[in-house]
Amino acid sequence: MPYAEITADPLDPARLLARVGSPEDGAVLLFLGTVRNHADGRSVSGMQYEGYQEMALEVLRRIAEEASERFSTPNLAVTHRLGALEIGEVSVVVAVSSPHRAEAYGASRYVMEEIKRRLPVWKKEFYVEGAAEWVRGTVPPADGSPAPHSGAGDP
Amino acid sequence: MRVQARFFAAYRELTGASGAEVDLPEGATVADLIDTLRERGPSFGVLPPRPAVAVNLEYAPLETELNDGDEVAFIPPVAGG
Repeated sequence: MPYAEITADPLDPARLLARVGSPEDGAVLLFLGTVRNHADGRSVSGMQYEGYQEMALEVLRRIAEEASERFSTPNLAVTHRLGALEIGEVSVVVAVSSPHRAEAYGASRYVMEEIKRRLPVWKKEFYVEGAAEWVRGTVPPADGSPAPHSGAGDP
Repeated sequence: MRVQARFFAAYRELTGASGAEVDLPEGATVADLIDTLRERGPSFGVLPPRPAVAVNLEYAPLETELNDGDEVAFIPPVAGG
């Protein structure tokens, strides 16, 4: 069963990694999204993540299930952080394992692309010079459906 | 009927509110809710006429019919990751 979580607590990648892997799997992949110190030529000092928490958990679960089905592996865990994050802190973790590497890469990428398309989470960038702005986002699909391509299909 | 509107992120800051209760006639749609809110005054007039919305935690088109007690969230363009 894929695992999904939305949390305000700091993320521990090892905890997610421990949820995947099996004797059948020869590939284990860990992706971390981190807060970077620049955006469009401006120096960034930190990021505030806001989410529609109840819905975000539902959507993230569905994304994890889709990735698991499309890439034929139940061994997938994803968590997204909310709240105030400093430069270098981890905002998202995707751990996945599969018999061969292609499925793991495909599933990990699918989860991240769909998070960017439809997870109801927003982030405000704080700049070193003092201002702050909501990061320009993606209009989610009105029916919430996955992208037809999404790097998916047969891995 | 009465529905609960919720505003997040940029929409929360634009309206100055995290939510609003709205009375609507039976059979009203999400589009009717948006029109009703936008006519309420300057603070809600700043909402876009065709935002993405979720009804009871699911993305929904603007023609979706609402029921008493529904929660309708106004979803700004998303930026997770």
